[in-house]
Amino acid sequence: MTRIPTAPPADRFAASRGKSAFPWILTAAFVASVAFSLREAQVQPGVLFDRQAAANVARFVAGMFPPQLSPDFLALMLRPAVETLQISVMGTFIAVLIGIPLGLLATSSLSWSGVLHERASRRGRWLLGFVPYAVSRAVLSVFRAIPEYVWAFMFVRAVGLGPFPGVLAIGVAYGGMLGKVYSEILEGVGPRPLETLHAAGASRGAIVLYGVVPQALPNVIAYTLYRWECAIRASAVLGFVGAGGLGQQIELSMRMFQFDEVLTLLGILFLLVAGVDFVSGRIRARVA
Amino acid sequence: MATVQSAARPAAWTALWGGAVVAALIVWASYGTQVDLGTLASAEAWRQMWTYASRLFPPDLSPAAVQDAARGAVETFAISLLGSVLAVLIGLPLSLLGTRSLVFRGLLYEARPLPPAEKTLRVLVFAAAKAVLNVLRTVPEIVWAMIFVFMVGLGPFPGVLALGVHTGGVLGKLFGEVLEGVEPAPLEALQATGAGRFRILVYGVLPQALPQLVAYALYRWEVNIRVAAMMGFVGAGGLGQRIHIAISLFHEHQLLTLLLAIYLIVTVVDAFSAYLRARLL
Repeated sequence: MTRIPTAPPADRFAASRGKSAFPWILTAAFVASVAFSLREAQVQPGVLFDRQAAANVARFVAGMFPPQLSPDFLALMLRPAVETLQISVMGTFIAVLIGIPLGLLATSSLSWSGVLHERASRRGRWLLGFVPYAVSRAVLSVFRAIPEYVWAFMFVRAVGLGPFPGVLAIGVAYGGMLGKVYSEILEGVGPRPLETLHAAGASRGAIVLYGVVPQALPNVIAYTLYRWECAIRASAVLGFVGAGGLGQQIELSMRMFQFDEVLTLLGILFLLVAGVDFVSGRIRARVA
Repeated sequence: MATVQSAARPAAWTALWGGAVVAALIVWASYGTQVDLGTLASAEAWRQMWTYASRLFPPDLSPAAVQDAARGAVETFAISLLGSVLAVLIGLPLSLLGTRSLVFRGLLYEARPLPPAEKTLRVLVFAAAKAVLNVLRTVPEIVWAMIFVFMVGLGPFPGVLALGVHTGGVLGKLFGEVLEGVEPAPLEALQATGAGRFRILVYGVLPQALPQLVAYALYRWEVNIRVAAMMGFVGAGGLGQRIHIAISLFHEHQLLTLLLAIYLIVTVVDAFSAYLRARLL
């Protein structure tokens, strides 16, 4: 069991040390960008400590306590809290509906290269494999690069206020992320079982079903659950652009300077997020 | 064969139960959010979306619009970068204080146990750091932004503060997990040579944790470039503010220009960060 060290691990870096200017360039670029950004973002730390700011904070903190815990208010907030949970579930579901087909198409080992397509003609591979692959990658990249609240804002314009645009926004933005990660998981599947199935004469569908899916499923489930945890946080924020749930209530209370209500709402949000994290974490631990 | 079956059966039942629970959740959620998947997949819905999307084209590529989008992109970039730097400055010290194995328990304290009074004090510091991280993380960025706008007025600066404070809480938690999980063997070796706690931290814990810490900071930067744009919705400048205006005033062609800008900047930051992380790990 004793391992004989052959070379100190530091040797791994010896080749690159001294020769490369990369770390220096990177550091210089970092310092320059921070200096540039400090000016660009009009950072004035002094403002934080002046009397006006202190008075504002004092007003805010004093306003928060005691939190608004009257039964009427709590009963009124039950519906938005439930709505936030429902938006996160429904949004994640739509994200899966978008992510699975696009993710499958965006996996090169499934759509045009590798063991599944050894027998396909070059032209067939190009038209039926590579073109859908490239298109779905592009669509996924647009879906996930536009942030969810921008989607929400556009959907509010398209379908009106309420939870529906929130669901669509999470569905589209997270669909883009899920599709990308699904394709990475599928791409990383061990090739041995696929080759064995291939050698045994299994069809393409059978290889995917018996070779790819069983290997990928635990990771796919775990990542989807992780996205659900993100979705509950996002659905609370989306309310700020009018997409329902707790966020909308927080925004209202904030605008009315009802900071005691804000504190209660943040408490509810914390419980919701912690609850979802707990459930999702338990399932993830069992699956993975 | 029999053992395989008896092992597989509970798994099949679990899958069935899990599927049923998930299906019930989805039905309940679709009822509550009034989302009808049938309508969503209908030709009418697609036609409507297509009409809206086609109204965005072509993007407004006049010099004024492009310049405006570029300014927004630069502001958003600046907010995201400074927010992430501030987050590391907040998260790192708090994570050091919020790691059990560094503050009061485990290997570092085996050779020289703490006197009871000091140990109590350290447990309190640990608990306080954890509590602060929890609060920072629980309050969403957008709420922090409103609080800071309330404090220091409009502009990108409150956006930087909001990002830094919230992400500081997130990074503090992630950093803590990394610090907790370092290999104990090098620490034991250092301890055997008589190194003190501080030396073990500097020469044993940090070198092991550093690549992972940097990777997490970069990952949060990718998240923050998206959030930085959102700060504009509460008056903190950047692309978000311009998108808000373009949507509200139905400036559809300009909106597309801004969407292209946000797509570009997010994709570039993602690619750059992924490249750095790959080089690092």
